[in-house]
Amino acid sequence: MSAITVDKAGPTRKVKYGSISRDRAWALRWSYFFLILFAILSLTPPLYMLITSLKSSAEISAATNPWWVYHPTLENYIGLLTSNQFLRFFWNSAWVSIFVVTITMLISVPAAFALARMKFWGSATLATGVFLTYLIPDTLLFIPLFKMFALFGDYTGIQLVNRWYVLLIIYPTLTVPFCTWIMIGYFASIPKELDEAAIIDGASWFQTLTRIFIPVALPGLIAATIFAFTVSWAQFLYPLVFTTSTDQLVLPVGIITTLIKGDVFNWGQIMTGALLGAAPPLIIYAFLMDYYIAGLTAGATKG
Amino acid sequence: MAEVSLRKVVKRYDEVEAVRGIDLDIADHEFVVLVGPSGCGKSTTLRMIAGLEDISDGDITIGGDIVNDVPPKDRDIAMVFQNYALYPHMTVAENMSFGLRLKHYPKAEIKSRVAEAARMLDITDLIDRKPKQLSGGQRQRVAMGRAIVRNPKVFLFDEPLSNLDAKLRVQMRIEIKKVHQKVRTTTVYVTHDQVEAMTLADRVVVMNHGRIEQIGTPNELYHKPATRFVASFIGSPAMNFVPCRLEDVGGRLHVRLTDRLAFPVPPARAARYQAVPRSEKLLLGMRPEHVTEARPHTEPGIEPFDAVLDVTEPMGMETLVYFTLEGTQICGRVNPNAGAQDGAPLRLAVDLNNMHLLNEVTGVVL
Repeated sequence: MSAITVDKAGPTRKVKYGSISRDRAWALRWSYFFLILFAILSLTPPLYMLITSLKSSAEISAATNPWWVYHPTLENYIGLLTSNQFLRFFWNSAWVSIFVVTITMLISVPAAFALARMKFWGSATLATGVFLTYLIPDTLLFIPLFKMFALFGDYTGIQLVNRWYVLLIIYPTLTVPFCTWIMIGYFASIPKELDEAAIIDGASWFQTLTRIFIPVALPGLIAATIFAFTVSWAQFLYPLVFTTSTDQLVLPVGIITTLIKGDVFNWGQIMTGALLGAAPPLIIYAFLMDYYIAGLTAGATKG
Repeated sequence: MAEVSLRKVVKRYDEVEAVRGIDLDIADHEFVVLVGPSGCGKSTTLRMIAGLEDISDGDITIGGDIVNDVPPKDRDIAMVFQNYALYPHMTVAENMSFGLRLKHYPKAEIKSRVAEAARMLDITDLIDRKPKQLSGGQRQRVAMGRAIVRNPKVFLFDEPLSNLDAKLRVQMRIEIKKVHQKVRTTTVYVTHDQVEAMTLADRVVVMNHGRIEQIGTPNELYHKPATRFVASFIGSPAMNFVPCRLEDVGGRLHVRLTDRLAFPVPPARAARYQAVPRSEKLLLGMRPEHVTEARPHTEPGIEPFDAVLDVTEPMGMETLVYFTLEGTQICGRVNPNAGAQDGAPLRLAVDLNNMHLLNEVTGVVL
């Protein structure tokens, strides 16, 4: 197309996009289509939970439109939040998660620093080993782990099974490898000269870690923290296997075991409990989302 | 402040020897530049002085003490890195004071030292900024400030200007020289840029393949290179080398370049070359500024000859001319008014008072 044709057509001629912007427009349309599709898919269950949680048991079992609340009630919320048992589950979950996050960070940050920076014999193999550990499915491990704790109890007399704090030993086996891996990638992306400058400035390894590496890698650290929290908060299989007494249960297991009585499902309270259980991670995500994404992408491209 | 010496220092990485036995004495207050092509071992040498690399063999002393096994923080050195290596989460002032804070200096002293260094480097206004808010030149000043406030025995610079653009590099070069004139700290400076080496150094150490080729003042290296490597590395455009041999014509020593071209060797030089076997394969080394346009009244030792120019490069104050002699490209520097044109013949003259003769095989300057 020469400039002359455009002149002839004059200002009435419709603006024609170049091929690049046309492709771009289509790409945008498709991405919006899929984004909306997946948003609907992932938001429908929580919405359904919210709707159900606002209904009475009678209304839930009534043959009315399940997507509409005719007589909204907070009785499920009041029932759960005034139940000592539910609050007990909630606190168990909270304590377990807080302890596990702390333990995980205390182990994985120094471990990642050592593996990323101190070149010692076998450090590269060890770093890969850490990652491979994470690839083993949790579901393969719970039976041998259970057996180990049972034997430990038999030999030492220290009973760990059916105590909530056994989870403080078990969860880190899931969180430490992954968090270490994230942090290795993050630490590796920090230029080598930075720690050399710190060393020349007189910093010890520990000071280099605390005064340089941790502040610089804060987004990665936060990403790892969120991951550890999510894993320990949402863990279902391990607490189901390792804890049985109602006062030792964490939230996900507690909801299932106490609110399903035989074949009677207390759907209203189950949904309410699940929603309340989902709240803490949601709040944390909302605050730290930007850091989380920055941390995940950095970990993905480096290391 | 202190002197630094290296005794037969070797660095081995598995099979590869990066540094192959270096002897070097750096006097107190001296500014020494290690220069050489990439991979010559200059950075490794600097990092061994810093303590960032273990030495495989030999001894390094700082201020008379052997520091082979002394960790970097106890060597009382400061280092400026190529990529600045500023702590990104700290302000300029925090960056500069980090070392002092680790050593628990009194707050007042830290403050006055930082202020003093900032004034010296003209970065007082930037003291509360973070590194990412600074330009490349400003960052490099902060990196230097971080070194200065520590008041160490030795400054180590690892290619500090390589990340800057050409204009800023010249400016910072002068800045570094000024700082050294003020603080007079013993300095070891690594660069691959021979201009930086020449302009900054009290003494230049030219390195190649993990060895020292020559140590000397900038002028010594330029006018009396010891080897072909030094001769070609120092100076821009580089020295010309033409295969030649010596012969006696009518009782006078001549250097023969081609069948038709031979120049008499000036008497001052002839004495030095008299003992060289006439059959030896040699190289004639001529700096471009000693290949100029022929003038009507030539001084002794300046010999005219004719050449057809391949390419000319007008530089303003001079014109670089390129021509071929027996398959070797020669560069000369002529007056812009000499009438040099691409493809045109020009009568040139070579100043043999400044000639160098090299052994073609060993590369040693005779």
